[in-house]
Amino acid sequence: MQHSVSIRDLSLNFGNVKVLEHLNLDIAQGEFIVLLGPSGCGKSTLLNCIAGLLDVSGGQIFISGKNVTWEEPKDRGIGMVFQSYALYPQMTVERNLSFGLRVAGMPKAEIEQRVKRAAEILQIEPLLQRKPANLSGGQRQRVAIGRALVRDVDVFLFDEPLSNLDAKLRSDLRVEIKRLHQRLKNTMIYVTHDQIEALTLADRIAIMKNGVIQQLADPHTIYNKPVNLYVAGFIGSPSMNFIEGTLDGANFTANDGTVIPVGSYEYVAGAPAGAAKAVLGVRPEHIFLGAEAEAMPYKAQAEIEIVEPMGSETLAWTKVAGIPVTFRCSSDIVINAGDKVTVGFDIARGSMFDATTEERL
Amino acid sequence: MSQTATMASTPVTGSQAAVEPSGPRPKPFFTPKKIILYTTLVFFSLYYLFPLYVMVVTSLKTMPEIRFGNIFALPQTPNLDAWVRAWTSACTGLTCEGLAPGFWNSVKITIPSTIVSIFIAAVNGYALVNWRFKGSEVFFAILIFGSFIPYQVMLYPLVMITRELKIFGTLQAVILIHTVFGMPILTLLFRNYFASLPQELFKAARVDGAGFWRIFFEIMLPMSLPIFVVALILQVTGIWNDFLFGVVFAGTQNYPMTVQLNNIVNSAQGTPEYNVNMAATVLTGLVPLTVYFVSGKWFVRGVAAGAVKG
Repeated sequence: MQHSVSIRDLSLNFGNVKVLEHLNLDIAQGEFIVLLGPSGCGKSTLLNCIAGLLDVSGGQIFISGKNVTWEEPKDRGIGMVFQSYALYPQMTVERNLSFGLRVAGMPKAEIEQRVKRAAEILQIEPLLQRKPANLSGGQRQRVAIGRALVRDVDVFLFDEPLSNLDAKLRSDLRVEIKRLHQRLKNTMIYVTHDQIEALTLADRIAIMKNGVIQQLADPHTIYNKPVNLYVAGFIGSPSMNFIEGTLDGANFTANDGTVIPVGSYEYVAGAPAGAAKAVLGVRPEHIFLGAEAEAMPYKAQAEIEIVEPMGSETLAWTKVAGIPVTFRCSSDIVINAGDKVTVGFDIARGSMFDATTEERL
Repeated sequence: MSQTATMASTPVTGSQAAVEPSGPRPKPFFTPKKIILYTTLVFFSLYYLFPLYVMVVTSLKTMPEIRFGNIFALPQTPNLDAWVRAWTSACTGLTCEGLAPGFWNSVKITIPSTIVSIFIAAVNGYALVNWRFKGSEVFFAILIFGSFIPYQVMLYPLVMITRELKIFGTLQAVILIHTVFGMPILTLLFRNYFASLPQELFKAARVDGAGFWRIFFEIMLPMSLPIFVVALILQVTGIWNDFLFGVVFAGTQNYPMTVQLNNIVNSAQGTPEYNVNMAATVLTGLVPLTVYFVSGKWFVRGVAAGAVKG
C-alpha cells in the first residue's frame, strides 16, 4: 500500500545545531500519528518540514506518493492548524476560511459551498460573520481547523492545537478532533507534549527526544512495553516506578538487598547471560494491596507515607526496596498515612531495562 | 455572621478604628504623593507653554505696542494683521510674497517623501522579518549603521550625486534625500513591529498559498495601523521641520517653509517686525503640532508596539 506521508532520511540543521538527524517515518493512508515529546525535541520542527515552512538540510519528503521536498507549502496537499490559531484578525470567520481558496482563484460558487460544508461539520455557521476577536478560544480553534478543512487536503497537520485552551475545553475538542478524524478519514499528524492527547487520539505515537524517534507504536504498546527507559519515564502519570539492582537468572536483587522474583518476565530477546545491572520498572496501577498482593510473585510489608485522593482513584506513596514508589488503588479502599499494608506486583506486567544501554530487556 | 459580631464587640481603641473597613478603600485626594505629582506637572507645563504664550500674544499686537515693552501683557487691541502679512506679503529674501509659497513647497516635499519612504521601509521591515535571506542580518546592520552617521558628512557627496543625476536644485532631489535618510529608522521601526506579530500568522498564510505581496497587503498591512501612524508622524514632522536638506537641495524657487521662515526672521533690512516673525513661526509650527494633537493616542500605542522585541 502507498504511504500517505513518507519521510526518508530527513535531516535539518540550524547552523551547527542538528535538530533532526536521518529521520525516517512512514505514515499510512488515514492514519492518526501523534508526535510526542518534551519541548525542544524537534517535533514541531519536523511538522514544519512536512508543511514546507522550513527547508530541509537533507533527505526527502513524500506526500501521497509525490516527492514534495522542494514544493511550496500550498502545493503539498496539506492543511495546518496552529497553537495560536493564527486567524487573520481583520477578516471575518467566513473570509478566514475562504482566504486560501480565494488565493487559489477558485470560482465563487465553489468557495461558498466548501465554506458552508466546513462550517456545518464544525458547527460554526452562526459565527461566519464575526471577527476572530469576538470568538472564544474553542471557537477560534474550530475556525482554524475549518481553514484546513476547506482546502480539501490529504494531510492535516496539527501543531499543539489544544495547548492554549483550558482543561475542560481541551478534553471537549480532543473528542471532536477524534470524531472529525473518524468522519473524514484523512491522514493526520498531530504534535503535542500532552501524553493524554497522544494516548487518546493516536493510531500510532512517535515519541521523540533530541530529534530522534525513540519509539513508534500504538498507544497500548507504548504504554505497556516501552522500548527504553526514556519512553517508560515519559509516558504515564504518575510516572513508572524504577528500582535499580542486579539481574541474575530468575532473581532481581535491588541495591538494598531486597530480592524480587522476575521468572515470569517476557524478555524481548532472551534473558541476559550471567549477572547484569538492570532497572526494573512497575507502573503505579500494577502494584496491588492486601489480598490481591498476597497472590503476587513479589510481596512485601510497607508503610504508607502519603495519600493523595484523586476522586476516582487514590494515589499512595510508600517504599519498596528502600525506594519511594507510588501506587494507584480504588478510591473505595480506605488507607491512611502510617498504615502498614502488604503491597505486591507481578513483573510480567512490568518492564526491565539494561542499566547501561537503557534499552528494554 | 458570628465573626462580624465578635469584631464589632471588640473595644475600639483610637479614633482611626472607629469606621469598620468595608467595601472599596477610601482614596483621599490630598496625599503627599499626589501633591508633589501635580505640582511638578503644573510647573513643567507652564515652563513649556510660556514661550508659546509670548509668541501668540506678541503676534496679535501692533509694533508700537511691542516697542512699549511689556512682553507678557495681553494685547490691547488684538488684530490679525501680522498673521496676514506673514502669510501673504512678508519679505523672504528678494520676493515679498509671505510664507504661502513656502508652505506649498513644504507640502509638495513632505507628502511624496512621507509616502514613498514609509512604503519602502514597511516592505523592508516585512522582508527582513518574514523572508530571511542570506545576509539579511548584515544588510540590516549596515542600514542601522547608516542612522549613526551625521548628515553633514554626506552632504557634499550627495550634492555631487544629485548633480550627476541632473536633479540638483529640484523638488525631486529633496524628496529623494528625505526618502533615503528616513530609511534606517523607519526600517527598524517596521522590522520590530512585524517581529512582534505572531509568526504563525505568516506561516498560516503561506500554507494558504499567499505569496510575498499578497501576505504583505492582505495580512500584514491591515494589522499595522499603529506603526504606520508612528511612521507618519515621524516623517511628517521630521521632513516638515527640516532646514538643511531644503536649503541645500531644493533650489531657491522651491525653498520649504522653514527656509523662508528663516529668511523672514533673519532679514537684515529694516526694523525687525516681531509680530510678523512670531506669527510666521507659529504658522510654520502649526502642521507638526496638528499632526501630534490629532494622532497622539495612536502615536503612544504605536511606539509601545514598535518598541518590544529587538
